[in-house]
Amino acid sequence: MSIPEEKRNNDSDKAPGIEGANVPGSIGKLIPVYVMGKRYEVPETLTIMKAMEYAGFKFIRGCGCRGGICGACATVYRKAGDYRLRVGLACQTVVEPNMYLTQIPFYPANRATCDFSELTSNPEEIFKLYPELFRCIACNLCTKACPMDVEVMDYISALKQGNITKAAELSFNCIQCGLCASRCMGELPQYHIAQLARRIYGSKIVPRAEHLSEATAASTGGRYEAYLEALMKMGEEELRKVYQEREMEPEIAAEDWVPNDNRYL
Amino acid sequence: MPYTQEIKVLIKVVEKTRPERVARKKRGEEFPTMSLEERDEILKRCHPDYRQEGRRALRVGVNKGYVIPDEFVDILEAWSRVEPDKVDLSAPDIETDVLIIGGGGAGTAAALLAEEQGARVVIATKLRHGDANTMMAEGGIQAATKMEKDSPYYHYLDVMGGGHFKCDPELVNTLVTQAPDVLQWLENLGVMFSKYPEGRLQSIHGGGTSRKRMHYCGDVTGMEIMRTIRDEARNRPNITVVEFAPTVELLLNEHGHCAGALLYNLETEEYVIVRAKATILAVGGSGRLHIQGFMTTNHYGATADGLVLGYRAGIGVDFLHTVQYHPTGAVYPEQVEGLLITEKFRGAGSNLVNINGEQFVNEREPRDVESAACIRECLERNLGVVTPTGRVGIWLDSPMIDMLSGEGTVKREFPGKYILFQRHGIDIATEPMLVYPTLHYQNGGLKIDPGCRTSVPGLFAAGEVTGGIHGENRLMGNSLLDVLVFGRIAGQNAAVYARESAKEGRLTLDHVRAYHKELETTGVATDRVAPMLLPDYTDPEVRKRQLTSHYQGTLR
Repeated sequence: MSIPEEKRNNDSDKAPGIEGANVPGSIGKLIPVYVMGKRYEVPETLTIMKAMEYAGFKFIRGCGCRGGICGACATVYRKAGDYRLRVGLACQTVVEPNMYLTQIPFYPANRATCDFSELTSNPEEIFKLYPELFRCIACNLCTKACPMDVEVMDYISALKQGNITKAAELSFNCIQCGLCASRCMGELPQYHIAQLARRIYGSKIVPRAEHLSEATAASTGGRYEAYLEALMKMGEEELRKVYQEREMEPEIAAEDWVPNDNRYL
Repeated sequence: MPYTQEIKVLIKVVEKTRPERVARKKRGEEFPTMSLEERDEILKRCHPDYRQEGRRALRVGVNKGYVIPDEFVDILEAWSRVEPDKVDLSAPDIETDVLIIGGGGAGTAAALLAEEQGARVVIATKLRHGDANTMMAEGGIQAATKMEKDSPYYHYLDVMGGGHFKCDPELVNTLVTQAPDVLQWLENLGVMFSKYPEGRLQSIHGGGTSRKRMHYCGDVTGMEIMRTIRDEARNRPNITVVEFAPTVELLLNEHGHCAGALLYNLETEEYVIVRAKATILAVGGSGRLHIQGFMTTNHYGATADGLVLGYRAGIGVDFLHTVQYHPTGAVYPEQVEGLLITEKFRGAGSNLVNINGEQFVNEREPRDVESAACIRECLERNLGVVTPTGRVGIWLDSPMIDMLSGEGTVKREFPGKYILFQRHGIDIATEPMLVYPTLHYQNGGLKIDPGCRTSVPGLFAAGEVTGGIHGENRLMGNSLLDVLVFGRIAGQNAAVYARESAKEGRLTLDHVRAYHKELETTGVATDRVAPMLLPDYTDPEVRKRQLTSHYQGTLR
């Protein structure tokens, strides 16, 4: 086998306008940014992620969904002449002139393991798993470090008061990038604690969906087997007919809508 | 970047027709849906799957002669990243019962179920655990959970109709029957579904559904599910996760059974041999191949590695001639290009409208039909909106949502998108979004049976890497369901196989040698190497100067 000299199927420039490809002519003015202190000239319209790729970086770490939801590309930066430390997701933040940036693709944070099925909604159990919760000194650096504008300190405070529900709701938009933990003076792993709070809330505090257990029992218990069997045996023409004629729940129907045809329910 | 003055003038046109469109919605008057014949016609005219250019017949492997997009053929007709003779398979680095390749929804669900069967599990994943398309699924998850109006019977019909009646009936049967159980499992694990105060699950319509059975967790359903099952996997002592370690080949044994995989440490560039009694391919899809040059909603790692690995091992592929384009990917501002704008926006009442502020399609057509209608509006009828960066798009009229359901609804129901657009100076509660179809989902893939078994004993597959469940077109809310239903089955069955049926034997890469030979004898002159592992978005000018640099991932 010969190792090829020429790259082939990685060519992103053959398809103009695709996400990530930098099409000459549409890139706009070049501005200086400093990646880990080193200067690069990049188009001013790009996100930090695309600007780094433009400059020649190829990500292994520090790049994930490229859509602002996975938490892989947490980035901290300062602007020249400004003391303030800023944060953003590389895939969502547009470059600015004289931005000094570095990605934080990983930050060590303590995560307590537990047998989740054994836990109750008693907040004492969270305190036992994460005693460092009470090392929080309410400095609010975590909240300032959150690229998703989650009120991190507020959910930690809620938890300290035993309010799991509030912590779960306040932390819902957390993408677990870890920037909160990276800035924490009390060395808390906020995002792991919040994950535990949300799971306890979802499983042990909020009322269960009774209709769900009924439907599960019916479905796995074989209630619909015969109906489905009939559909599976149906020829395409007949299936098309049944499909076309199936009754549609109207868009504006209220939650208690029921169909006229209840033969297959 | 906020809307420019030129665009704001065009928004006025949309605002002008909005009150009447809201009033029609309130009266329950909907834009007429297409008949099956009309659907067929618009698909043939405007859907990229029906374009003859950009596709060719496979010349090697079990599906020789199958005509699929060039991008798929390119990676299937390619050399291994390793020279089989150079790999010493006599001393595996890792031994386990079940090896799971891929750390997304399917892989993680499989790991949990396999572990519950008493198996030692290794998850080997290309990026971080949870970096996957599952994380990005926004809209929701389908399941017939409301027995007074819905049942798996209707779910089955919807799946079939969406997939052009080409789906594998057995797989669909499994999908819809197991759906409620999957939701129950997620509720037990603590997933925060959007609920009514008394605990009843909220549910809405999705494109192509006959009943409101899309369940959701705000607009981050996939993330909420992924982070919850990942958290649970981290609690289990018998699940080991190896990150930044993509698989570059499957390993078979002398009996022709799958017996593990050859991993590649992306950071140290070492190859690592894993011997496993059973192996699960749960590596996801292929948006980063940019089929037909389309932008994509997919994760950085979605490079179709699983198709390459499975196909070389002799597993057939199906439905790769179709690819799903999501009707509404953002085209403005440039920073969010390709970004998925969930169907939930349409489910909640937003119209799709053209430059004149007119509706041109019902918002709940199946995805392929909806996409074709958007393409027709822009390219055939010339009624799209041209963005400042030269793209064309149509309006998704999100401000209708607050007018229909009360002020603050957009902000409350779509917090993720609201914040994101706000950062770019656009308020989607009062300004519409510009969208265009974007490459979203690999409809086809490796063939499996309802037990997730492939044609190679010891090798299972689940999730987007497989083909057949969704036929030629997947409905919204069925991919999260697919990865969990079939991920769980794969985990369960792989663990049982490892315990009861696995046969020890000498490891080989003979299937790779044979594939190389076929490439040679068929005369497929290629210097391509696959799997791709990661796409390359380096500026072409810079790449020219990288004289000794990467050409396939970090392979030098």
